[in-house]
Amino acid sequence: MKIYADNAATTKMSKTARDAMVQCMDEYYGNPSSLYTIGQLAASKLLEAREEIAGCINADPKGIYFTSGGSEADNQAIISAAEFGRKKNKMHIISTAFEHHAVLHTLMKLERSGFEVTYLDVHENGVVTPEEVEAAIREDTILVTVMYANNEIGTIQPIKEIGAVCKKHGVWFHTDAVQAAGHVKIDVADQNIDMLSISAHKFHGPKGTGVLYARAGIPLTNLIEGGAQEKGKRAGTENLPAIVSMAAALSEACAGMKDAAEKVTALRERLISGLQKIPHSRLNGDRQNRLPGTVNFCFEGIEGESLLLLLDARGISASSGSACTSGSLDPSHVLLSLGLPHEVAHGSLRLSINESNTEEEMDYIVKSVSEVVEYLRDMSPVWEDLIKGRKQFYFE
Amino acid sequence: MLYSEKVMDHFQNPRNVGKMDDADGIGEVGNAKCGDIMKMYIKVNDGIITDVKFNTFGCGSAIASSSMATEMIKGKPIDEALEITNKAVVEALDGLPAQKIHCSVLAEEAIKAAIEDYYSKHGKE
Repeated sequence: MKIYADNAATTKMSKTARDAMVQCMDEYYGNPSSLYTIGQLAASKLLEAREEIAGCINADPKGIYFTSGGSEADNQAIISAAEFGRKKNKMHIISTAFEHHAVLHTLMKLERSGFEVTYLDVHENGVVTPEEVEAAIREDTILVTVMYANNEIGTIQPIKEIGAVCKKHGVWFHTDAVQAAGHVKIDVADQNIDMLSISAHKFHGPKGTGVLYARAGIPLTNLIEGGAQEKGKRAGTENLPAIVSMAAALSEACAGMKDAAEKVTALRERLISGLQKIPHSRLNGDRQNRLPGTVNFCFEGIEGESLLLLLDARGISASSGSACTSGSLDPSHVLLSLGLPHEVAHGSLRLSINESNTEEEMDYIVKSVSEVVEYLRDMSPVWEDLIKGRKQFYFE
Repeated sequence: MLYSEKVMDHFQNPRNVGKMDDADGIGEVGNAKCGDIMKMYIKVNDGIITDVKFNTFGCGSAIASSSMATEMIKGKPIDEALEITNKAVVEALDGLPAQKIHCSVLAEEAIKAAIEDYYSKHGKE
């Protein structure tokens, strides 16, 4: 059995997205900036894609800026706010401890240049509260950036409420919605979102393309200087085949969202209840407020990389927040932010499924994970210490 | 692939894995916080390591390094086992990725710790 269970890392392109891309390459090869018919045909496809994507998140198409992906969108959103803040002498930003590195590393860079950043606690359940956001807002706060859904554990944040708090205090609100777009409903107007990042390859679109949404009135700072594309805010000839393909993928995902979410949630619950039977294990993150397809577990006494390599040998593609996948000795900052001790965080496994998975596959995953965990525990000196009482179990 | 075929072989089919109730020396190195712990058991007869077992908590290369290290010392006189370096373990595995070299260091340390434990219990002859 071959099971791809790492959709949070990337997804397979849908046929709709692929066909849209190929058709665009064949028929709309002109440069949207050219004045002749072929160029203008391409420009009209670009506009259509912009309108289509805006429609999926209830945004003004004028606020859609195409980027090379989620990381660029995150960088540009934060740097734009910081540049504006610097002029207004507002040099405080609020974020969380478990953001994606595209956000965290940008914030760290700003800290080195004089900004102050408050990293909110995400608690044991991986959810930030709007009250804590409000309490952290100061006179000199320019931006709040909180991810829509966490990439490792899948917990969904109270975006609308955080947005309302920001609106009340006149602070800009950016959300990294890379894991959320196409999977849960996004409405930038209703949810009080000023800026939002999207990446196409997380919803069966192509890699290397994404969107930064910024509402009217937010002055963007260029990361790439050059031509007048994207209202002069992001230079470079537009990657039209990828953009058109992304729009097709997002439309398809949003049209089928309700059914997919229902189906994937049921599969996820089957997976969770199966994995919970493994002793001394725990689901990471809030049980309810989570993406339909993301499951993250810790298993005591084992290390995640060896678990995922042995699952690969059984045909299952998954990922781990173990240190060994990152090149440092520290396990995932996301798991540590939940308060898990290092040795427990090392034994993590993320499974991210989609609507093409089946119940049979979930059962196969549960069986494989159970067997591999037992095998690894059997050769683990840490497990030996735990069962002999020389060390305390962290989970029941 | 991140790992050589040799590493994958030793990871997926580890040699000498297990515990030993009547070990003459036991060495445990590493720490769970960093994600790797190796425990090595040796049986010694007339200065020769006649049997060896290991238990490891760690990534693929930690398990493979432990397995390879046990193969390299089994049947060897203690003096020779003490000369095995982490570099020799890496070479025997056809290389390890740069960020995984510390696993081979742990393997060398585990051998030395087990022998030290043997010496402390039985004295140096």
